[in-house]
Amino acid sequence: MVWNDIEKMDREQLNELQLRRLQETVRWVWDKVPPYRQRMEAEGIGPEDIKSLDDLALLPMTTKDDLRDNYPFGLFAVGPEEIVRVHASSGTTGKPTVVGYTQEDIQNWAEVMARTLVCGGATKNDVVQIAYGYGLFTGGLGVHYGAERLGATVIPTSAGHTRRQIMLMQDLKTTVLACTPSYALYLAETMGELGISSRDLSLRLGFLGAEPWSDAMRKQIEAALGIDAIDIYGLSEIMGPGVASECLAKDGLHVFEDHFIAEVVDPVTGKPVEDGLQGELVFTTITKKGLPMIRYRTRDITILNREPCSCGRTHARIRKVLGRTDDMLIIRGVNIFPSQIEEALLAMGHTEPHYVLVVDRERGLDELEVWVELTREAFIDEVRRIEELERQIKRGIEETLGIGVQVRLVEPKTIARSEGKAKRIIDRREIK
Amino acid sequence: MKVKQLSIFLENKSGRLAALSRALAEQNINIRALSLADTADFGILRLIVDDPEKGYAFLKKEGFAVRLTDVLAVRVPDRPGGLAEILDAIHQRGLNVEYMYAFVEKAGDDALVIVRIDDPDNAIGILQEMGVGLLTGDEVYAL
Repeated sequence: MVWNDIEKMDREQLNELQLRRLQETVRWVWDKVPPYRQRMEAEGIGPEDIKSLDDLALLPMTTKDDLRDNYPFGLFAVGPEEIVRVHASSGTTGKPTVVGYTQEDIQNWAEVMARTLVCGGATKNDVVQIAYGYGLFTGGLGVHYGAERLGATVIPTSAGHTRRQIMLMQDLKTTVLACTPSYALYLAETMGELGISSRDLSLRLGFLGAEPWSDAMRKQIEAALGIDAIDIYGLSEIMGPGVASECLAKDGLHVFEDHFIAEVVDPVTGKPVEDGLQGELVFTTITKKGLPMIRYRTRDITILNREPCSCGRTHARIRKVLGRTDDMLIIRGVNIFPSQIEEALLAMGHTEPHYVLVVDRERGLDELEVWVELTREAFIDEVRRIEELERQIKRGIEETLGIGVQVRLVEPKTIARSEGKAKRIIDRREIK
Repeated sequence: MKVKQLSIFLENKSGRLAALSRALAEQNINIRALSLADTADFGILRLIVDDPEKGYAFLKKEGFAVRLTDVLAVRVPDRPGGLAEILDAIHQRGLNVEYMYAFVEKAGDDALVIVRIDDPDNAIGILQEMGVGLLTGDEVYAL
């Protein structure tokens, strides 16, 4: 099923539409957002230079720092009388980044989010429990508006209160769960403790996003909750959830290209890479009025695929996000993503994917230690068998990463569970 | 003749043992014998308690990696060479002792040793045939 036939639009027509909207957007920011205009002038280009989609590469890129430097409203294209909503991302390093939406932007957001839900198989008959946080975070309200646009029944539980979430899922016969993948796993674990199985629930779909997760983790969530787990993608700077979504083919996430243009660039040089090659995902909004974004660097690592999909959609797909350039650990010159370690652990099957990576520097050498929870089931009362398990996990991770690691088994439930985005890395290298 | 031992996985972190013994104390579970095998990173705590099933259920609920392991409680004549005789005999019969530790209290005139052998059911027959005294679980929990 497709929410809007534009998702199946002929590629050439889509390109024409994108170009027209891109030209309008560039003109819009040139007229309305002084920092954009200044940077374009510094590069010696103006709106009239955008003659084809390839000319997008002429435009300067935008980063999170640009949003911070222009905090709070410096990159907004309209005044407060036009803005109907703001969201803000957590400011772990200083000020948060503030984003704003016009009435039309909110309408478009609901549209792309409704597409997302239909893309993953939801219908207006579904009961959607939204366990993303409501508030400054875009997750809760973003999915909420899309689910209402679809006409589904919305249960706005927000994040947390896990037992209550499970009770409501049972009592209200929730069919669709929307939350982070790590929280979905935590829900499943808590259900296990309460002796509730997926058969006691009516769940059939999960719309999971806001953090990178592996296919192995997907399989685990699908088995534990008895659902199809759909990866959804979004970020507040571009819109929030609803920027891209998997269909039931689960072979990449469709970018809603009539609203967002996706590029993949080399994270170091910023130069576009060919389709099919890995790089950093960059977005340009082409319908947004309140806070248009020109070539925003997402820091997410993915691969772009413009082949039409078996679901009938023509909109380009991004590969399930492999990691973030800022989550990426560089250990002795090797790039490492936490998701690789998760894959390795799940492939071995002895442990839950609850792990922390601890990076330290000893005598000038980076050391990576992986802390993994030992499950009660995997515990055997023999020192050598546990040491053997440690060695086996170590070998599995080393084969995946290609570098040496230390593995430490820790007691069950001692690694902090998250209700939002999971924290996987403790980097002790800088504080020494 | 098997005795139920609680085996618990513990990280080598200060306070873990104290937390665990406090938790057992609050449940009124009495520790009769214990042994701790440790490596640089982790330890395995082995406990004989007066009510192993209750201890197991409680520790499981508390989230510990805990297991019930079958061990044997072997009577050892309390004199020089008493232990050596028994271990020699065990060795000659091809049984493999994975670990053992002593009980603080005595069983009558004999000392008491907890022994973990690979195949406890087989070992019981062999030890009894050899005339080695074994205590039942109930006898041990009630000591």
